[in-house]
Amino acid sequence: MIPALHSYGTVLHGMIFGLHGIVFGTTLPTLPDSVTFFIAAVIVLVGGIGVVVSRNPVHSALWLVACLFGIAVMFLLQDASFLAAVQIIVYAGAIVVLFLFVIMLLGVDRPESIGSDPLKAQRPLAILFGLGVLGGSLLLGFTAKWESGAKSQAGRAVGGSTNEVQKLGKAVFSIYLLPFEATAALLTIAVVGAVLLTMHANRTTENSKPYEDPKPYEDPVPDGYRSRQGLVANADEEVDLVDKELDVK
Amino acid sequence: MMLAVLAKLPIISWPAILPETIFIGGALLLLAVSALSNKKLSSGFCAVYTILISVAALGSSMYLWDKLSSHSSYVAMSSSIAVDGFGVFVAILVCSITVLIALAGEGFFRDSWGSLEFFVLIMLSSSGAILMAMANDLIVVFLGLEIMSISLYVMTAMDPSRTSSGEAAIKYFLLGGFSSAIFIYGIALIYGSTGSTNLANIATFLADNVLVQNGVLLCGIAFLIVGFAFKVALVPFHMWTPDVYQGAPTPATSFMAALAKAGGFAAFLRVFFSTFGTLRSDWRPIIWVLAVLTLLIGVLLALVQQNIKRMLAYSSISHAGFVLLGLQAASAIGVAGSLYYLFTYSFLVIGSFTVVMLVAGEKDTNHSLDSYKGLARRRPWLAGVFTLLLLAQAGVPFTTGFMAKLYVLSALISAHGYALAVIAMIGAAIAVFFYLRVVVLMYSPAPGFAANDETGAALDTDTGIGESIEVGDEAATIQSSGMSLTRSTALVLAITVGITVAFGINPAPLIEFARHATLLFH
Amino acid sequence: MSIPGSWYLTLAALLFSIGVVGILVRRNVLIMFMCIELMLNAANLTLVTYARMLNDIGGQVLVFFVLVVAAAEVVVGLGVIVSIFRRAKSTTADDLHILKG
Repeated sequence: MIPALHSYGTVLHGMIFGLHGIVFGTTLPTLPDSVTFFIAAVIVLVGGIGVVVSRNPVHSALWLVACLFGIAVMFLLQDASFLAAVQIIVYAGAIVVLFLFVIMLLGVDRPESIGSDPLKAQRPLAILFGLGVLGGSLLLGFTAKWESGAKSQAGRAVGGSTNEVQKLGKAVFSIYLLPFEATAALLTIAVVGAVLLTMHANRTTENSKPYEDPKPYEDPVPDGYRSRQGLVANADEEVDLVDKELDVK
Repeated sequence: MMLAVLAKLPIISWPAILPETIFIGGALLLLAVSALSNKKLSSGFCAVYTILISVAALGSSMYLWDKLSSHSSYVAMSSSIAVDGFGVFVAILVCSITVLIALAGEGFFRDSWGSLEFFVLIMLSSSGAILMAMANDLIVVFLGLEIMSISLYVMTAMDPSRTSSGEAAIKYFLLGGFSSAIFIYGIALIYGSTGSTNLANIATFLADNVLVQNGVLLCGIAFLIVGFAFKVALVPFHMWTPDVYQGAPTPATSFMAALAKAGGFAAFLRVFFSTFGTLRSDWRPIIWVLAVLTLLIGVLLALVQQNIKRMLAYSSISHAGFVLLGLQAASAIGVAGSLYYLFTYSFLVIGSFTVVMLVAGEKDTNHSLDSYKGLARRRPWLAGVFTLLLLAQAGVPFTTGFMAKLYVLSALISAHGYALAVIAMIGAAIAVFFYLRVVVLMYSPAPGFAANDETGAALDTDTGIGESIEVGDEAATIQSSGMSLTRSTALVLAITVGITVAFGINPAPLIEFARHATLLFH
Repeated sequence: MSIPGSWYLTLAALLFSIGVVGILVRRNVLIMFMCIELMLNAANLTLVTYARMLNDIGGQVLVFFVLVVAAAEVVVGLGVIVSIFRRAKSTTADDLHILKG
């Protein structure tokens, strides 16, 4: 590394953590750790803000990936390498992909106007609330103690002879056996729910019914027709709209 | 090596988790059977099966209760579940709720699409509620809450014929997910400040240590209150309730009204009364404010509703305020009062929503208060049952509702909560108005009723949507005849009315039951 | 000496408040949903940090359960969204106007 750059980095590092050292009275973190932390922190915060302010849901989803990546780096920094991998695989690999899939399926990848808000007071109130949470957390971080000296119950996270995955596995199958089993019920519900709901969507939008529908619903909607006003109020209105559309043609 | 690992596995205490296991196993078996059978399973079969499973779970809960009366309460599964009178009481309640909803659901779904999934979901949801009630670890509370709520989201969205069903599901889901995220953040903060998520460990830690700077812990407790308040619909976290109650299919509404309150309040009472009992001076003011808002705003908004389901939603909010009084009292008798209230409320609300379901008709759309005009003339028995259930909800003597209100209020007064008790009584007095309004509507002669109905029917034929339901003898029966009373729905009404009246006239056994439940509190 | 835990916890609190503000400000159902994911991730970061500070593996195990819950919520939530908005061009909460309130 270029010596000048390195010394410059050390000075900057010393300035940032010197302040911290004065406040907390602790020694400095190592340089690589702190550089990684700050880069990842910037990614997390920018990603989080990006999710909130993007007009296009696709951009929001991409910002979400960035934010989740930053969180994974934070996990790595804290000796939770297995969770970091799981975070990337489950969130970026499955959950965000599912989001993007739904966005594309619904065809809603269109910018939304952020300006209009039916409840005028809502936005200032929300931002005030956010600032309140922010102030409170900073107050906690700088005055109160974040942690207390409780003893470990489930086994030590750092140190010892076994590796991290082994420790996690042992904890899951001993102390946390019941919650682990309970997640099975959760996943069953998710499967049943997803099948039920998406088959609903098929049954209400397409006219091809495998067997007779006990609750007759609505006229078939012409291919490619999409309501301009978003969700229409009820089936009657929908039919009216379709009629008008056909009349125009 | 292998043996050493095996030796560390916890001892699985099957009796302790039997009610949940029966429900989850029963749901999986039903799914497997329906996947393997060539024919579509009839809803009658599913209902009978669900009732059998629920009765089996009820039996196992009774067995636990029986064992508890001779042995002391204990923790099982590496101390993640507590087998005590409190948890088993709620488990018995949840199993009874499931039996009643399975009966009501059979009357509603009648082989329509999605009936099988409805029964699977009520079994899984009940297992979540029991898990919440018996949990001895915050993460088990969280998972139980999610098991219960996610099935309720799906059940809310079940009706494909009404757009409002899906809309209600989205609202419920977004606010529910929001509150779950707040809840888990609260758990994380409590974990950080006490070093454990286990309720017993937290209680021991708080009893042994005085935290000088307990800001993080108090933040965590505040987040937990917000999470619970969303689930049991306390003002100002109640915004979703009327919309979701209105949009969901009516059996799902009654299930949600009974089960979410039972499971949510069970965990709420256990976590705050038993675990954070040492910090009661910190959380009691928050509960006081929530109780006042819930008691007053619930009844005031119920007064102006034109839709019976929205009215009952606000009435359930005001009932939640009464259950909260027991927690505010923060005494064993207060918790017993809350349990008693939950028990009686569940039966009342299921009975009321079953009547609503019968009046609403096959398409589950007739929910305006106008459709109750002259109900006494058309269906005298149904009107009589509804009158009784509404009066019981209002707290008329010789019903369970009266004893329930009396019980929590006396617990509150013995804890010197005089101001709140007065506010609660004012709320109860206002509540009488809107219950009586429905009763008066039902017994009013309804002039010009037939004419209204004919125009409604004419409009429907114009759009080609409405099927004429049944051409009755009178013009008035065209739209408002609703669903006919089937054996299963009649049984639901008979059970709820029977319990309301029997325990209203002789409340001693039930009060003894609830008191015993808290005596065995772990 | 590694980074002090309070820095991570402050970052998590910031992320949590960003998520809360996002839910209250945005009207697009999908983006509101993503904000819930942000809040859950803030909770995860808090849990992992406390696991390190308390030297207790339990905090890391809790992250697993949060991940499972998040996955189940996403599946059901997106299922509801798909079943409703299949025919609508936008997914804003203001289009949900049948139920007042």
